[in-house]
Amino acid sequence: MFKIIRDLFRYNEEFAVGAILTIFVLIMAALSAFSPYPPNQTYVVPPDIPPSWQYLFGTTSRGQDTFWQVTFALRNSLLFGFSVALISRVLSLLVGLVAGYHGGVVDRVLMSLNDTFLVIPLLPLLVMFYFVLRDKMNWGLLALIMGCLGWPFDARLIRSVTLSLKTREFTTQSVFSGMSTRQILLEEHLPYVLPIVFATTMANINWSIGLEVTLSVLGFTDVNTPTIGTMLYWANQHSAMISGVWWWFVAPTAFVVMTFIGLFLLSISMNEYIDPRSRLARMGPSVLSPK
Amino acid sequence: MEAALSVENLRAYYLMRYFGVVREVRAVDDISLEVRRNEIYGLAGESSSGKTTFIKTIAAAIRPPLEVVGGSIKYSFLDRDIYGLSPEALSAIRWKHLSYITQGSMNVLNPIRRVRQSFIDFAFRHMGRSKREFFEIVDRHLARLHLAPTVLSAYPHELSGGMRQRVAIALATICRPEFIIADEPTTALDVVVQKSVLRMIREAQQELGSSMIFVTHDLTVHANIADRLGIMYAGRLVEEATTTDIFHNPMHPYTAHLVGSLPRIGDSTPKKALAGAPPSLADPPSGCRFHPRCPLAMDICRQAHPTLTTLAANHRVACYAASPLVKRSAEPAPAPARSHLDGEVIGKAMGLVQ
Amino acid sequence: MSGDLLKVDHVTKFYSASGMFGRATSPALDDVSFYLAADRPEIFAIIGESGSGKTTLARIILNMLAPTSGTITFRGSDLSKIHGRRSRLEFMGHVQPIFQNPFEAFNPLKRVDRYLFASARCFAERRKRAAQEVAADEALKKVGLSIAEVKGRFPHELSGGQLQRTAIARALVSSPALIVADEPVSMVDASLRMSIVNLFKSLRDELKVSIIYITHDLATAYYISDRVMIMQKGKVVETGPAREVLSNPHHPYTVLLRESVLSPDDADRPSALSVPAQGTVT
Repeated sequence: MFKIIRDLFRYNEEFAVGAILTIFVLIMAALSAFSPYPPNQTYVVPPDIPPSWQYLFGTTSRGQDTFWQVTFALRNSLLFGFSVALISRVLSLLVGLVAGYHGGVVDRVLMSLNDTFLVIPLLPLLVMFYFVLRDKMNWGLLALIMGCLGWPFDARLIRSVTLSLKTREFTTQSVFSGMSTRQILLEEHLPYVLPIVFATTMANINWSIGLEVTLSVLGFTDVNTPTIGTMLYWANQHSAMISGVWWWFVAPTAFVVMTFIGLFLLSISMNEYIDPRSRLARMGPSVLSPK
Repeated sequence: MEAALSVENLRAYYLMRYFGVVREVRAVDDISLEVRRNEIYGLAGESSSGKTTFIKTIAAAIRPPLEVVGGSIKYSFLDRDIYGLSPEALSAIRWKHLSYITQGSMNVLNPIRRVRQSFIDFAFRHMGRSKREFFEIVDRHLARLHLAPTVLSAYPHELSGGMRQRVAIALATICRPEFIIADEPTTALDVVVQKSVLRMIREAQQELGSSMIFVTHDLTVHANIADRLGIMYAGRLVEEATTTDIFHNPMHPYTAHLVGSLPRIGDSTPKKALAGAPPSLADPPSGCRFHPRCPLAMDICRQAHPTLTTLAANHRVACYAASPLVKRSAEPAPAPARSHLDGEVIGKAMGLVQ
Repeated sequence: MSGDLLKVDHVTKFYSASGMFGRATSPALDDVSFYLAADRPEIFAIIGESGSGKTTLARIILNMLAPTSGTITFRGSDLSKIHGRRSRLEFMGHVQPIFQNPFEAFNPLKRVDRYLFASARCFAERRKRAAQEVAADEALKKVGLSIAEVKGRFPHELSGGQLQRTAIARALVSSPALIVADEPVSMVDASLRMSIVNLFKSLRDELKVSIIYITHDLATAYYISDRVMIMQKGKVVETGPAREVLSNPHHPYTVLLRESVLSPDDADRPSALSVPAQGTVT
């Protein structure tokens, strides 16, 4: 396992850069555990101080240390992104595998559902949820809702892979070996589906963080919890751009951009590694069968 | 007479590096052969024998990770090794002097263009005539090969598999090339069509007087089309002789087994199988690559690879055990009517055939 | 007849094009009938070219596809009445397939022994891995291999011949009465081919398994089959004992097939090709 990661690091620049960026972001998020200030309190330090040795990223107009705010923001945004990705991966795998394998009526019903969800405009819907739920809207609920909306695209991808796998002879051999449908899907087909899942997970995390930032900047989430988006919301509320408190919005933006790029690079580099075809090529010369 | 193709000590390896793992696959390992003018040279071998890599190499159609590591390839129509040509010179000789018949005719014919377009794409610029003259030549060529001219206005999917292959043959021969490479052209075809396509290939070759390398794993096809036959095993040439000699007088144990184990209608004698499997080209056995499976293996076979030596007229063998067999072939051959027994004579000596 | 192992009775199969006015032009199978006796294991060869419907017939016999009309009975029970996992598994325990491409029959990303173990668990009632290995080893020994050679291997580590034999061993784990082999040797190297063909013979003689051997190769069909059925464009053209039909064909299509077969003896007669083959050039 470590050998694989080490090899990837050495031979693949994208992986190396992506890994470094992502690890750096994760370290920042982990640092939030050591914050001397509770995240939600305001006016704990003198406001509007530019970056200095005492306050690395300066302080905000609300009297919070920007550095420690950013660590909390990253932690919360990443957690949010991961949960949305997890929920929507599970849903898309479920729908895609079942629809692809069973075909027929099951497939048609699931795909109609899929396409319906696909065309729903997300932002207006989320805004509507906010207005309906108002105070009951918390991060968990938001993650659940977004997870339930983010699966259709990948479900179709997974379904098409499963469809092609169904016609391959090893699937029939599995059936005649007495394997149950669940066993076939999870053990025989999943390795082919996983590269897609992995690649789209990264994209999904990026998408969900981006959507969260959008909603928060507009004020449609719980703005008292520090996240990347809410930091930008408050920066806007205090007209940070005009009043010259540039460190307040540059810091979270820089880190979220680092997160996006890091995850993206990781996904494209790992994808080539996990892809069944390149895996087969690495396994042995007879597979390449130079005839 | 100068040979149409002269290959000397050709070595072509796959050199692969994936995530730190280096693999060298010796697909073509020191092959020397000659294809004479106006002959069909059959190349037989199983999967992982290297025969497909070999013809890709002599057609200069290889890309990394496959590289030519040594040796030379000389065609009669070129004054230098084919790898010494510039890309423009290479594309100028392609199709005009050197053409290719592939296994899947759909690989050659563009599925979204009519057949006539494929003729234009491939051959027009080599001919240097006007469109009208070009199509007159095409019509005459098709007539000679017994193809209806209506085939030109069809799309490939509208033709049957056999028909498409015939079109591919017509396409490969339209510029009257000196050398044609045929890579398993009849393998994907039905039995009924196979015979007529083979006949067409034979007629085309005779009419053009070109030389041809015909590659297939199917020995019965070689029996029907090849003038001389080369047997490849694990990247090396193990035997080469006229087709009649290969079938009546195989000297290499591998050839003898292949010939002896061919089933025929009307023959229900039990056939024995050969143990083991063709070796991996990344990790071939030491010495003679056939020795793990050879019933005549001796100590020297494990140590050094036998060189391809001429043991009889037009008959080259790479085997330490074959020399004593030469004496056997010097005896008068049994009557040709039971010819398949000759393979069995040697086979019986080796306990391969009961 | 209640004594039949397998009875295919006037089976017809149309593939329906899904469209409002969709109508298949010609059937994949047209009124196919034959039977295999239960008391006498035999190798029954189905010979046909591409488009003859032989693969469709194989899939129908394996209950992977339902016929448009006609019935298939296995040991007296109608295949169309098989519903539910339990009866499907019971059927699969008696009828097993072998495929053309041994490299496709196994998942390239997985080890080959898993199919043996799964078959042992399901059909031979072996719950524990150790017992499964024993059952797998027994089956592998019948084909000339052993568990030590195969355990933990990926498909690319074995040759085509070894893989095909492993596939046959897997089919034997459930001690089936019938094996349906669809072109089992066409993708196997020539030097390994006869070992598999000979293996089918011993399966019939020693293990008393009946084999439906689907092929386009008349020579191997002649070599091992007892009876032969020639198919053309979905119809049965000729049936009968193998030696008779292939040495003295009656139907024009069989005659055409017989004449088109290439023979190694043609090496003596270079002009063999110039004898025009009868029949139309399609």
